[in-house]
Amino acid sequence: MIPRHLIIAVAILLAITLGMGFYALRMRARVDRTDASAANTQPVAPPVSGSSEQVTLYVAYDDAGVLRPKSVRITLPTGRQERAAEILRALLTLYLDKFSPHPLGRGSEIRDVYLVDPGLAVIDLNAAFADNHRSGVLVEELSVVSLVQTLSANIPGITRVKILVAGNERETLAGHADLSNFFDVPAVTQAVAQLQNTQ
Amino acid sequence: MRWSNERRSVAPAPHRPSRGRLVPAAGAFATAILLASTLLLYSSPEEKRVTIYSNAANYSLPVLERNGDEYVGLLEVFEPLGVVSAKVNGPHWKFRYYDVESEFTAGKTRARIHGGDYDLPSAFLLDNQRGLVPLSCLGTLLPRILGGPVTFNQNSRRLFIGNVAVHFTAQVSKTTPPKLVMNFTAPVNPSIATEPGELRMAFNHEAVVAPGSQALTFDSKIIPSASFQENNGAAEVVVAASVPLMASFTNNGRTIIIEPVPQATAPPQTAAPAQPPQIAAVAPPPSAPPTPAVRHYFVVVDPSHGGAESGASLTDQLAEKDVTLAFARRLRQELELRGIATLLLRDGDITLTLDQRASLTNSARPAIYLCVHAASQGNGVRVYSAVVPAGTENHGPFLSWDAAQTPFQLLSRSAGSGLVRSLQSKQIQARSLIAPLRPLNNITTVALALEVAPSSDDVSQLISPAYQQAIAGAIATGVADFHDRLEAAR
Repeated sequence: MIPRHLIIAVAILLAITLGMGFYALRMRARVDRTDASAANTQPVAPPVSGSSEQVTLYVAYDDAGVLRPKSVRITLPTGRQERAAEILRALLTLYLDKFSPHPLGRGSEIRDVYLVDPGLAVIDLNAAFADNHRSGVLVEELSVVSLVQTLSANIPGITRVKILVAGNERETLAGHADLSNFFDVPAVTQAVAQLQNTQ
Repeated sequence: MRWSNERRSVAPAPHRPSRGRLVPAAGAFATAILLASTLLLYSSPEEKRVTIYSNAANYSLPVLERNGDEYVGLLEVFEPLGVVSAKVNGPHWKFRYYDVESEFTAGKTRARIHGGDYDLPSAFLLDNQRGLVPLSCLGTLLPRILGGPVTFNQNSRRLFIGNVAVHFTAQVSKTTPPKLVMNFTAPVNPSIATEPGELRMAFNHEAVVAPGSQALTFDSKIIPSASFQENNGAAEVVVAASVPLMASFTNNGRTIIIEPVPQATAPPQTAAPAQPPQIAAVAPPPSAPPTPAVRHYFVVVDPSHGGAESGASLTDQLAEKDVTLAFARRLRQELELRGIATLLLRDGDITLTLDQRASLTNSARPAIYLCVHAASQGNGVRVYSAVVPAGTENHGPFLSWDAAQTPFQLLSRSAGSGLVRSLQSKQIQARSLIAPLRPLNNITTVALALEVAPSSDDVSQLISPAYQQAIAGAIATGVADFHDRLEAAR
C-alpha cells in the first residue's frame, strides 16, 4: 500500500512539471517572435521634415511584366538630393511590402542618391539589393527602369543615370541588366513605354 | 571605378599628359613601396593540391606543409573510395579500409598494414586526431591498402588508381582553314581560355595524360604546335596559333575541334538603311597572316551564360545555362533545316565573357545575332533589342565599343517585331521590348536577345522538347521571312 502523503506529493510534483513545461513552451514562442523582429533588416527611414507632396512612382508588376505609374503623397525634404533619395525609398517601401507586386530581396536599400550637374544622377544601392535580386532579363530590367524612370519623372533636369552597388561599379544587377554604363533617360522612357503594354 | 566608356573605345587612345617631375627620392620610395606591396600581394603561393583519379571518383585534396615535408590526410584520401574508419588511441591511429586494418604511430615512420610492416619516408603525424602521411609515400602505400596498381606522378601531384587514364590524339586536318581535332578516350569538359596567340584547356577533374611527347608539332602555319603540361594536380593543353581560335565539342565530349574564329575576307558592303561604317574593331591585326575564306554564317546563336557562370536558377536542379544551350542547339537545327548557315557560340559548358561573345560574333560577320536567355517568370517569349548607353558616340569610321549597335538599332527592332509576329502566328505569347542587356550594344549587326519563359506556371516546360521545338521553329521561320532584308543590310 502506497502511503497517501506520497501519492499527494507525486501528484503535486507532476502538476508542477506540467505547469513548467507549458510555461517553457510559451517563453520559447515569445523568444522566437522577438528574434524575428530583431532580424528584420528592412531599412528604417530617417524622420523627414517637410511638406507632403504628390509624386509619381513607376511601379513594376511581375505578373503582367509591366510598369505602371502610381501617384502617392509623401513627405519630402527641401534639398533636391534628399528629395530624390526619399522618392526612391518610397518606391522601395512598396517593393518590400508583404504584398509587393515586384518583391525585392530582404534588406534592399537605397544608400544614397547624388545629383551631379549637368543632368547626371547617381543611385547608390546597397549590396543586399543586388545580391538578393532575382535573376532574369525582364525582372532585372523592371527594377532598373522603375528606379530610373521614377527618379527622372520627379526630379527635373536628369538626363543620365548611373547605378552603383555599395559605392562600386558592378557589371550587372543579377546576371543580366547592364549596370556598367550610364542610362540614357530618353532611352529608358522608350523602354517604359513598351513596358506599359502587356503585348 | 570606371566612369566612362573610353576603356573599350576602338579609337586610338590619346596620349596621357605628363604628370610632371616628381622629387626623385620620394619617387623612388613610392616605387619601392608599390613594388613591395605588389610582390606581397601576388607572390603568395598557390594552394598545393593533389588530385586522385579513380573509377569511383576524381577528387582533389589540399597538401599540407609539416616539418618541411608535404603531407596529406590519409582518411580523406580513402573516403571517396569506399568504407573507411579511423580511431585514435593515445599516439596510435588505427585506420580501417573495408577489411584492411592499418596502425600508425605519431612521430614514428614504422607502420603496420594488413599484418605487415611498412616504412614511411617521414614520420606519421597526428593533427587534431587527423592522421597525416607524407605525400611521397602514396605511390607505395595505396597499393598495399587497395591491393591494386597505382601510378603517382609526384611532380605534378596526380595519382591514378587503376586503369583510369584518359589518352588523346591530336592532329590538324588539311582543310581550309585547318582544324585541330583532339580525340579523347573518355568525355572531357575542360575550362577553356583564349589569349593572344594561344588557346588553353585546363583539365582539372579529368585523368588526361600526356600523349607520346609533351610537345606536339603540326604541319600548319596557323596551328603550328600544342603542348601538354601537368602541375599542382591538373593538366593543361596549350594550343599555339597565329590567329584567334575557338573550340567546340562533339561526340558527347570525346572530341574537341579547335579552329580559327571565322573571319570574312571582304569588307562589309554598306547598304541602306543603316549604312554601317567599316568597323575597325573586327578587322584582323596587321601582323596576322591573311585568313583564308571560311564558311559564311548568316546567324550566330549565343546560348547565354555557361561554365562557371550559371545564370538564373530556374529551379533547384535547373540552371539557365543548361536551358539556353539545349534551346540554342534546337534553334540551330531549325535554322539549318531552312538552309540558313548557323554558328553556335558555345556548344558545351564553357565560360565566355560578354566581350568574347561580342568579338566572336563581330568576327563572324553574321546577318543576325540571337542571344538566348531563359526565365521562370512570365510566359512565352520576350524579344529584346539593345538600349545603347548614354555618353557613347561613334566617331567617323570608328565605332565605340558600347555604341557599336547604334547603326543597326532600327533594323534590330524591326527584326524583333518580325520574330514576335512569327511566334504569335504559332499561338506563342511574345513581346517586343528594349533592354540594357550586354552584349547587344557591342554587336555590329542586327542583334536580338530572346528570353524564353514557360507558357504556364510549370517551369519544367522549359526543358520540354515539344515546347522548345515550337518556339525554335517559329523563330527560324521569322528569320527566314526576314532573310532578304537582313542580307541587304549586311
